[in-house]
Amino acid sequence: MAKDEIKSEYRLIGTRPNRPDGLDKVTGRARYGADMTLPGMLFAAVVRSPHAHARILKIDASAAVALDGVKAVVTRADFPTGLTGEDWNLQENSMAGDVALYDGHAVAAIAATSRLLAEDAAKLIKIDYEVLPHVIDVDDAIRPDAPVVRTGAADHSVPAGSPPNVVKCLDFGHGDIEAGFAAADLVREQTYKTEATHQGYIEPHACVAQLGADGKGEMWVCTQGQWYIRRMCAAVLGIDASGLRVTPSEIGGGFGGKTIIFMEPLALALSRKAGGRPVKLVMSRSDVLRATGPTASASMDVKLGMTKDGKLTAAKVNFRMQGGAFLGASPVGEALSCALACYDIPAVQHDGVEVLANRPKAAAYRAPGSPMAAFAVESLLDEMCHELGLDPLDVRLKNAVREGVKASYGPTYAKIGLVEVLEATKAHPNLLAKLGPNQGRGIASGFWFNHGGETSVSLAIGEDGTVTVSAGTPDIGGSRASLALMVAETLGIEYEAVRVNIVETGALGVNEPSHGSRATFATGKAAVEAARHAMAEMCRRAAKEWGIDEEAVVWKDGAAMPAGPNAGKFPPMSIAEIGAKMGGNGGPISGHHETNADGVGASFGAHVVDVEVDPETGRTTILRYLVVQDAGRAIHPAYVEGQYQGGAVQGIGWALNEEYVYGANGRLQNAVFLDYRIPVASDLPMIDTVIVEVPNPGHPYGVRGVGETGITPPLPAIANAVAMATGARIRSLPLSPPKVLAAIKAKGRG
Amino acid sequence: MSKIHVSAVVNGDPVDFLADPRESLLDCLRDQLGLTGSKEGCGTGDCGACSVTVDGVLVCSCLVLGVEAEGKAIGTVEGLSDGGTLHPLQRKFIEHAALQCGFCTPGILVAAKALLDQNANPTETEVRYWLAGNLCRCTGYDKIVRAVMDAASEMREAV
Repeated sequence: MAKDEIKSEYRLIGTRPNRPDGLDKVTGRARYGADMTLPGMLFAAVVRSPHAHARILKIDASAAVALDGVKAVVTRADFPTGLTGEDWNLQENSMAGDVALYDGHAVAAIAATSRLLAEDAAKLIKIDYEVLPHVIDVDDAIRPDAPVVRTGAADHSVPAGSPPNVVKCLDFGHGDIEAGFAAADLVREQTYKTEATHQGYIEPHACVAQLGADGKGEMWVCTQGQWYIRRMCAAVLGIDASGLRVTPSEIGGGFGGKTIIFMEPLALALSRKAGGRPVKLVMSRSDVLRATGPTASASMDVKLGMTKDGKLTAAKVNFRMQGGAFLGASPVGEALSCALACYDIPAVQHDGVEVLANRPKAAAYRAPGSPMAAFAVESLLDEMCHELGLDPLDVRLKNAVREGVKASYGPTYAKIGLVEVLEATKAHPNLLAKLGPNQGRGIASGFWFNHGGETSVSLAIGEDGTVTVSAGTPDIGGSRASLALMVAETLGIEYEAVRVNIVETGALGVNEPSHGSRATFATGKAAVEAARHAMAEMCRRAAKEWGIDEEAVVWKDGAAMPAGPNAGKFPPMSIAEIGAKMGGNGGPISGHHETNADGVGASFGAHVVDVEVDPETGRTTILRYLVVQDAGRAIHPAYVEGQYQGGAVQGIGWALNEEYVYGANGRLQNAVFLDYRIPVASDLPMIDTVIVEVPNPGHPYGVRGVGETGITPPLPAIANAVAMATGARIRSLPLSPPKVLAAIKAKGRG
Repeated sequence: MSKIHVSAVVNGDPVDFLADPRESLLDCLRDQLGLTGSKEGCGTGDCGACSVTVDGVLVCSCLVLGVEAEGKAIGTVEGLSDGGTLHPLQRKFIEHAALQCGFCTPGILVAAKALLDQNANPTETEVRYWLAGNLCRCTGYDKIVRAVMDAASEMREAV
C-alpha cells in the first residue's frame, strides 16, 4: 500500500488499501436489491400506461384475480387521498390517479406466487384509456397553445397569464447588467439545447417489501438513502415512518436516481393487501428507462460580454427546463446557480422557468443541472475566445473565482481551488500533444456546490480493540474504505482494525442519502467526531485504571498515555487492552456524533479532451482525456480517480450518444440498452486524472467531496473540441454522428 | 406450463433443477440454484452483467434458456476462485479499485477470464473490444482495463 507522492502529514490518509467490501464484490457474495429471498415471498409485476397522456376510464382486474396464485392487485384506490406538495408528486409518480401522465406511468400492480404467474396475470388486467393530447419537447411545452399537462400545478412564482405548463419562475442576479455589457468589446448571445439522459446505473430498482395491517413493516431495497425513502414511502402509504424498517442492500449504482422512490410503495401496498406476505418487485430495464430517473431536458439562452483581452464584464442566462409532469423535479434552480459559478463577473442575471411535459418525474443525476448549464456557458465562452484570438485556458484563469469573491449565485467563496486546478491543467503534458487533420482540442471548467446535510454515525470499541463503525450512507463507490481510513487515522490504529457497516433505519438517527458528494465529507466528518468521542472515554477508562485525573491522560498512536505530571509513570494502555477490560471497567465503549454537517467546500474541475471526427460519417472518437479536479484532500486516491473517470465518461456519453428519443405518439423509442447506448470500453481511451488538493478548512482532513463535478465539463469540452476539429459549432446535444455530419455538410455549403 | 427437469454441472458441482421453459438460464441460476452472483442489468443481452460460460463459451445467461443447460457445464463468478484462493483477476480488481458499485463486476470477471483463457497477452485494444459487451456505468473502464492487463501479466509470469 504505497503512499502517494502527494505530500502528507498523515499515516493512512492518501494511501490506497483494498476496500473492505472488495472480496464480497469480486466473488458474487455481495447481496444487491434483487438478491434477497424471504420465506413465503410473492412476486410483483406492474402494469404501465402505453400512452403519454391518457385518462384512465376503467381498470378491470377480475380475470387476473381469478387465477390461482394471484394474491393481490393494487391501484391508486389502495392509497390514501389528500396528499399535497412533494408527497402528492411522489404518490402520483408511483401510481397514476385519474390520468396517466407519461409513457410507462404505473397504473396497477399485482402480486402472485411466482414471477411468471405475476407477469401472466398482469397481462389480464384490462384498462380502458381515453387518449389525451401530449407534449414532450421543452420548447413545445412552453408555448401558450401547448397541450395542458396538468392544471393547478404552478407555484406562487408564476405570474398570471403565463403559458399553462409553466409551473415555476426564477430570477436572481447582482451588479449593473447594462453597464457590464456596455463595457464589453464583444457581446455574443446564443441558444443551446440538451436532451434528457438517464443515470444508467446497471442495477435496476429492486426491493423485497413486507407490510402488515398494523402499519408495521420492513423493506430490503437498493437505495442511496434508507431514511429518506422510508419517509417518502410512509407518506405515500399513510403510515408512520417509524413503523417501517428499511435495510439498504448493496447498491448497483445510483448517481442520484436512487435517492427517491418509484415502485417501492407498490410493493408495500401489495404486501399489505396480501396479508403481510413479503413481495419482491424488480424493475426491467425498459421500466427503469421509461419510469425512473431521468434528468431534465433544457433549452438555454446565454449572453456574455468580454473585453478584447478576455475579461468577462457581464453575463445573462435564461434557462427553460422540463422535468416531467411534476413541479420541482427539474434542476433549473441548480442549473442557474452553477451556470456562472466558475467566474468572477461584475454583473450577472439569471432567469429560468420550469415547464411540465408528459415525461417521467426527473430525478437527481450527478451535479443536477450543472452539466446542461456548463454546456451552454462554456460553449459560448469558447466561441468568444476563438473570435478574439485568445487562449481559452488563459481566459478561464483570468476570470477564475477565488477565495473572497462573491459567487454568481450569492454567497462569498471560502477557500477554493479553481486557480490551482487551471494551473495544473495548463502544466499537463496532454496539452503538448500535436493535433492532426480532423482533430480538435476542447477545454471546459465545471462546478458543484457539494453538500453536508443530516448525518448520524456511531462506532463501538470491540473487546479485541477493533472498531465497528455504523454509517448511514450506502457505499456506492468505496466510501467504506474512506471512512475506515479516516477513523483509523484518527484513532491511531490500523486500517484493517476498522470495520464499517452500512446500517438500517433502526440503528441510527436520520441520515440523508449518499448524494451531493456528501458521504466522505459529512459521514467522514461525523465518524471522526465519533472516534474522538470514544477516544475521550477510553482516556477516562485508563485514568480510572491508573487512579489519576482524566485530564492527565492523552490519546496517541492508538493508546492512552499518562501526560503532564504523570508522564511516563505508566506504560501506554492500547485500545486492545482497554477493549479487553472495558466490561469490568465501566461497560461498553462507543462514540457517536449527530450533526447537520456544515463547512462544505465547493468543488471545481477542468477537463481537456482531444477528439478526431470522421468527416465521412460524423463519428467522434475520443483520443485523449484529462480530468483535473480539486478534491480538497484525497482520502483514498484510487476511488477519487474513479469518481473523476466515471463522471467524465457519463459526461462523454451525454455529449456524444445518449438521449431520450420519443415518437410522435409520445412513447419512448429507445427503452433498452441497445438503443439507449451508454459508453462501452472500446469507445474510450484511458482517462487521465490529476488530483489537486486545496484542503477544505471545514473538514478535519480537508475533504471537499468529489462525486459530481466530473460530469459537468465533458459536455462543453467535447462540443468545443468537435467545433475545432470540424469548424462547425453545434449547439444541441448529443453530438451524434448524423448531427455532426449534417453540420459539416452545412458548413461546406455555407 | 409444466416444468422440465434439467441436470447440469455448475462450477464443477452436479445440479438438478426444474425449469419453466420460459425461464432464462440466469433466472434458473439465481432463483432455482441460489447463485445470485450473476446479475440481470437488462435482460436483453446488452449489458453483460449475467455473463457465464456454457461448456467454456462465454454467453449472456439472460439469452440462454434454463432448459438448454441440460448436460452442459456452466461457469459463474462463484466458481472463479479456487477454494480460498482468488483468481488473479479477482485480486487485481480489488487492488486496482476496478469496481465502484460492483454490480457489473461478476460479469466482467467471467468475461475477462474467458479472454485470458484464449489470449494470454491481450493488447489494451483487445481488452477493450472483448469487454465492449459488458457495461459499467461507474468506472469509465480505465481501472478495469488496467486490472485485466495486470492480471494477464502476472499470470504469464507465473507460468
